Amino acid sequence: MSDLATISLIATYSAMAVYTFAFVLFTVDLAGRTATDGESKPTRWLRSAMALTWLGWIIHFAADIMRGIAAHRVPWANMFEFGLTATLALVGVYLGVSLFRDVRFVGSFITGFAILALGIVATNFYVAVTPLPPALQDYWLVIHVFVAVLGTGFFATGAALSSAQLFQSRREAGKLNGRNWRFLTAFPHAESLEALAYRLNVIGFVFWTFTVIAGAIWAEHAWGRYWGWDTKEVWSFVIWVLFAGYIHARATRGWRGNPAAILNLIGFAAVVFNFTIVNLFFKGLHVYSGL
Amino acid sequence: MVSRQPSKPYQPDGIHESVEPFDAPNAPVKNRMDEPVRGPKLGPFEFLRFAWRLLTSMRTAIVLLVLVAVAAIPGSIVPQRLADPNGVSNLKASDPNLYNIYESLQLFDVFTSVWFSAIYVLLFISLIGCILPRIRHHWTVLRSAPAETPRTWTRLPFRDKTALVGSVDESLDRAAAVLRSARYRVVRDGNTIRAEFGYLRETGNLTFHIALVGILATLAFAGGFSWHGQRALIEGQSFTNQLSSYDTFNKGRWFADSQMSPYAVGLTKFTPKYVKDETKGTWMPIDFTADMTVTENGTTEAKTLKVNQPLHVGGSEIYLLGNGFAPIITVRNPAGEIVFSQPVPFISQDANLTSVGVVKVPDGLAEQVGMQGFFYPSAVKLDSGALSSDNPEPTKPTVTFNIYKGDLGLDDGSSGNVFQLPIDKLTQLAGRHTGKTVVLEPGDTFAIPEGLGTVEFTGLTRYVGLEIRHDATQLGVGLSAAFLVAGLLASLATRRRRVWVRVSGTGASRSLEWGAQSRGDDPGLDAAVGRLLTKFSGTGSPDKIGRT
Ligand code: HEM
Repeated sequence: MSDLATISLIATYSAMAVYTFAFVLFTVDLAGRTATDGESKPTRWLRSAMALTWLGWIIHFAADIMRGIAAHRVPWANMFEFGLTATLALVGVYLGVSLFRDVRFVGSFITGFAILALGIVATNFYVAVTPLPPALQDYWLVIHVFVAVLGTGFFATGAALSSAQLFQSRREAGKLNGRNWRFLTAFPHAESLEALAYRLNVIGFVFWTFTVIAGAIWAEHAWGRYWGWDTKEVWSFVIWVLFAGYIHARATRGWRGNPAAILNLIGFAAVVFNFTIVNLFFKGLHVYSGL
Repeated sequence: MVSRQPSKPYQPDGIHESVEPFDAPNAPVKNRMDEPVRGPKLGPFEFLRFAWRLLTSMRTAIVLLVLVAVAAIPGSIVPQRLADPNGVSNLKASDPNLYNIYESLQLFDVFTSVWFSAIYVLLFISLIGCILPRIRHHWTVLRSAPAETPRTWTRLPFRDKTALVGSVDESLDRAAAVLRSARYRVVRDGNTIRAEFGYLRETGNLTFHIALVGILATLAFAGGFSWHGQRALIEGQSFTNQLSSYDTFNKGRWFADSQMSPYAVGLTKFTPKYVKDETKGTWMPIDFTADMTVTENGTTEAKTLKVNQPLHVGGSEIYLLGNGFAPIITVRNPAGEIVFSQPVPFISQDANLTSVGVVKVPDGLAEQVGMQGFFYPSAVKLDSGALSSDNPEPTKPTVTFNIYKGDLGLDDGSSGNVFQLPIDKLTQLAGRHTGKTVVLEPGDTFAIPEGLGTVEFTGLTRYVGLEIRHDATQLGVGLSAAFLVAGLLASLATRRRRVWVRVSGTGASRSLEWGAQSRGDDPGLDAAVGRLLTKFSGTGSPDKIGRT
């Protein structure tokens, strides 16, 4: 049983290595685009970068499955496992979107984020496979965390596009010139970036709504109340409300564009904060980091 | 279908242009909501109107949403009375000044504080003020014919032409059939067709916002009928569901004793299961099972209670929230008569269930005696000489006591906490720092100094911590949440689109002109309407054509 867990960890590191190569190639591609005016052409490195991302994702997927088999349960019961599965969902969402839209230009952002997140959880939060304490043995936990993971994946991709949008709109306003910003010519217009970010965030919002509801049902089973303003519940609420604000901002004169994008980034910062700082340093019932 | 145009399109103030002109393609671009919000020189009525418009505007909604989010954050940093009462009392003990500051700012009760309430009440007033006119408007739209053909045809984002299929009349009929098969609402007006699709978007959006109000209203009203109580229940004991049976009890504003159905609950046996985490050497619980009896209407049934599986009895739910050991302690007077003998629930402090508890013997001895107890299920001696437990199962159960005499303070009614002794007012007789340690295994007896009597560790039982709850808000909140999700999905998955078809040209060069418009961003508009055109020009029967 622990052998499989070890292989899973090795696979996790391998996936990180492959993502790193992909990251390098994505960056080389951006740097190598030599358009002097108008749209630039992708370089040949881009195809290899995408191929490597797919390869890394398959290894990552295998690592996740093996972890689940080793633990005889779903692989998202502690921080390491949640991180492993959430980054899998993040890259998966990105690859899924890439089948329909050309989003290769944010590849560096996505792979970079995945490497960082995987590196942090694998080195700092790794715990051996352990059985679940009674409160965590509930199928609503499976649903709750699964939709949280998916929601996080969509939010992360949305945030990537929103940050690209912020840079792009500055460039379009003539504020970012010079060699270093030339890679932005590879990106779509700020408005298209915003529209795509919005669609992904809206899907993320739906998943987050499910996360909160499934979590409330689970809390009702485990603790006898569906909502008690536990720290984790507070933060799930904060995230939900921030993204509701973002959705409104997109429909409001004067708030579309950059303000909405900034609200999106604040919302995503809350997602990351909820997973890291809140889990590690805040006191509450959701003590599941396993550390 | 009533063929009437909605008179006054309603949009919340500040909604973005790409969303706005949709409901009134012929309306001047500046409709009522576009008037600049003017501040100065207002009479009282105008001022109210101005304030109301401001409050129900989209911008205010965003600001209030962000404010609610920000205002909630202290609730995760400062311990909350509801979620973490111990944290509050710890802070009070460790830093009274900070405690006073927090208390005056209501930071221990963020979610019921005046300032948090103010924000969400404003938000919900804004919400209701926003959706009421929208509901009225949408209701009219739902019963109206699709919108008139826009005068500014060239401003439509989708424009295309197709050749006639048959005569003008046949062509228009065919176009209408194609649109109907795609579930558009269609009206033919002479030589033009007006069609509209996606009313569900606004219906879903309104359902979503109404469901939010439903949640808040349920919490505000049904919450008053809720009650919940905690009770520590020892193996072999039972209690009746009535106020006096509970260790702690909370009730809503409109609670009445008669709400509590008179059932009885007993604990037969509690069985935990632990496994050792070999990498860390610690024990972890993997299962808690409580065998219970439930007596209702004169019949008694055996039931199993587990952590995630509450029992539903008499309109309330029973949850298993905690457990621990309850050593049976017997105290005798010098004559050997029993003055105290019962299981005493001890509160566990760590994973190996080192537990603390208090025994109070106010009567029967020459003086009042209080004992502060420590329980170790599997006692081991550390190098320092202190005891510790290395297993949560009772392989070597051991109780130690610090024994005190003096006024236990039970008479003035402030006895409150059964788990605390007023040690500073008592005189220690035995235990730590006295040279007379009291270490008892089952069956052991210790003679209390000064000839007061004896204390015996008679046996061991377990107890469970139960929470019994009647939550009157569950149904309303659950239903609202279901509507909320349904509305959200319906609204986000639906596009509101309008299509107009008209005849252009004269004589042999006559053709059909198609124009379409969506509300909000709709990258799929061209493709979707394009498919309708293909179907129109194709050979298939228009009615068989699938929806787009
Ligand atoms: C409790 C606070 C609120 C929350 C959580 C909330 C949430 C949402 C969400 C999630 C959406 C997008 C989903 C959908 O269209 O069904 C939405 C849309 C909308 N909300 Fe709210 N809302 C709130 C208050 C308000 C208020 C006060 C107003 C009016 C000023 C308002 C007006 C709108 C409008 C007009 C839309 C449609 C935007 C569009 O078509 O893109 N909402 N709201």
